[in-house]
Amino acid sequence: CPYTGCRCSTGTLVAVAQLALTSCNLFDSSADRVTVHFINRDGERLTATAKEGESLLEVVVNQNLSIDGFGACEGTLACSTCHLIFEEDVFQKLDAITDEELDMLDLAYGLTDTSRLGCQVCVKKAMDGLTVQVPAEVADMRRELEVGKQSK
Amino acid sequence: MFSSFRFNWLLSTAALAPQICVVGSGPAGFYTAQHLLKHHRLARVDIYEKLPVPFGLVRFGVAPDHPEVKNVINTFTQTAHSDRCAYYGNVTIGKDVMVKELQRAYHAVVLSYGAEDNRILGIPGENLSGVYSARAFVGWYNGLPENRDLKPDLSSETAVVLGQGNVALDVARVLLSPLDILRKTDITEGSLAAIACSKVKRVWLVGRRGPLQVAFTIKELREMINLPGTRPLLDPADFTGLGDVIKDIPRPRKRLTELMIKSAREKPGEKEAALWASATKEWGLKFQRSPLEVLPATDGKQARGIRMAVTRLEGSGESARAVPTGEVEELECGLILSSIGYRSLPLDSSIPFDPKLGIIPNSLGRVQGAPGLYCSGWVKRGPTGVIITTMNDSFDTAQSVLEDLQTGVLNLSNSKEGFKSVRSILHSRGVHPVTFSDWEKIDAAEVARGKLAGKPREKIVDPQEMLQLISH
Repeated sequence: CPYTGCRCSTGTLVAVAQLALTSCNLFDSSADRVTVHFINRDGERLTATAKEGESLLEVVVNQNLSIDGFGACEGTLACSTCHLIFEEDVFQKLDAITDEELDMLDLAYGLTDTSRLGCQVCVKKAMDGLTVQVPAEVADMRRELEVGKQSK
Repeated sequence: MFSSFRFNWLLSTAALAPQICVVGSGPAGFYTAQHLLKHHRLARVDIYEKLPVPFGLVRFGVAPDHPEVKNVINTFTQTAHSDRCAYYGNVTIGKDVMVKELQRAYHAVVLSYGAEDNRILGIPGENLSGVYSARAFVGWYNGLPENRDLKPDLSSETAVVLGQGNVALDVARVLLSPLDILRKTDITEGSLAAIACSKVKRVWLVGRRGPLQVAFTIKELREMINLPGTRPLLDPADFTGLGDVIKDIPRPRKRLTELMIKSAREKPGEKEAALWASATKEWGLKFQRSPLEVLPATDGKQARGIRMAVTRLEGSGESARAVPTGEVEELECGLILSSIGYRSLPLDSSIPFDPKLGIIPNSLGRVQGAPGLYCSGWVKRGPTGVIITTMNDSFDTAQSVLEDLQTGVLNLSNSKEGFKSVRSILHSRGVHPVTFSDWEKIDAAEVARGKLAGKPREKIVDPQEMLQLISH
């Protein structure tokens, strides 16, 4: 959909138009659109257009972003695979973290002071242009070390 | 670094499809397969499983009252539906087909068969009636076919769980949970009936070391503290002075310890106090106790208690060691569950295996001294960690396979037949693989039966019944 960036699986123009009319507010579409950038583990920047109120996990899933293994428990606070790292100033403005989120975040790899779980952070208009980092996994770091050793 | 894979395959003049085989259909197997399929446009991945049904510990290990953790089944199902992926259940590698035969049929073989056994205590009385491994107990209530006839003795008031990890908390919670909660889960009908007649009122989780070395995690502890109908028995003396010790330690350990300290030392709030006052069951943590002997009842066959050495700690943190003080203590109990770790077994005499560590010797998932052979999951790293740990580990092994495909370590010009040759081997040995759509029939039957009982599913625990259902 050229207005909202929503992707749908049907190919016909009619279906796209219908989808656009029912699921997006065509007349006020700019108010819904929030651009979010995800820096993937390999450094690639993935840009998505999110709707206000969507969680960052929903953005990744709905936009089919290529982030390996993201959101294993499907947003039920039973894993830490949607772990994202925010910039300090953005992090400070996020809604307060609950004990339940902290409990799972505590198990995340590469935990930082500005880490949150993507399934618990909802997109707000003020976040337009937000950039978040997908954390590197411990396994990746070991691989870097191993490759480094072999090249010496 | 990774995007170069996507470019290079385009440049190769003869883009041949790698044939890859994965042994084991738990999280390690499926996540390894998923990563391979996603990052190689042509690779074919066949997943073998000894049981008719897939998913390993997601189905047989995760507690019935933790259904959200099982959501990963959805992503695994998607992977299985890929047209370059096939699932073959009811095939035991090392018996129905050997690893060497798999290596002839596939360019790469990934061993992801996990840990099917458990560590033993190695103490007298371990084989008395009433003593079980937590692994078998979990298998029993989760419908693992080999544990369906466990018939654990739940007739005594006090149970002791040796170990203080998440599995220990799981078994304690299943023993003490209100039936109203359990009956709505996918716990098996047979085990639910047995638990309904259980006399167990008190469960002790006993660890050799102290509060700072507990292996369980905070979400599970919180769940136990808030378990309806139960009250926690935590000795404030066990937590004296800990508040100062944890001031500067990493947040996860700090918060976990703070929760224990709070529950042990602080006066409960009004709501909690009321819940605990009306509780009919209780659970507690005993620290610095190392099991010495399971004590027999007068008949000499039944466990009646456990004798333990009182220990002191040498060193601190994760590397603290428990040293016996010479003092000994006895605890009366009729049910003992040892929850001291799962353990992998060697699959096939041709595969390198380290019996001490219980893993396949490897470097970044490449089996040492065995080109073309890889491993992922618990059989690679050891049997600890949650699904995300295994996920990362599996992606890591998949990366090694992808690299080896790219650099030519795995030679694609040797064409391999994949399942075609395995099918004829299995046929000649009278083995009938169960396909993923066969599993979906079993799945549908379990869900339908569960619906009648208000449960997400009623697991079929007899492999013969499963095979009959799909007319094998």
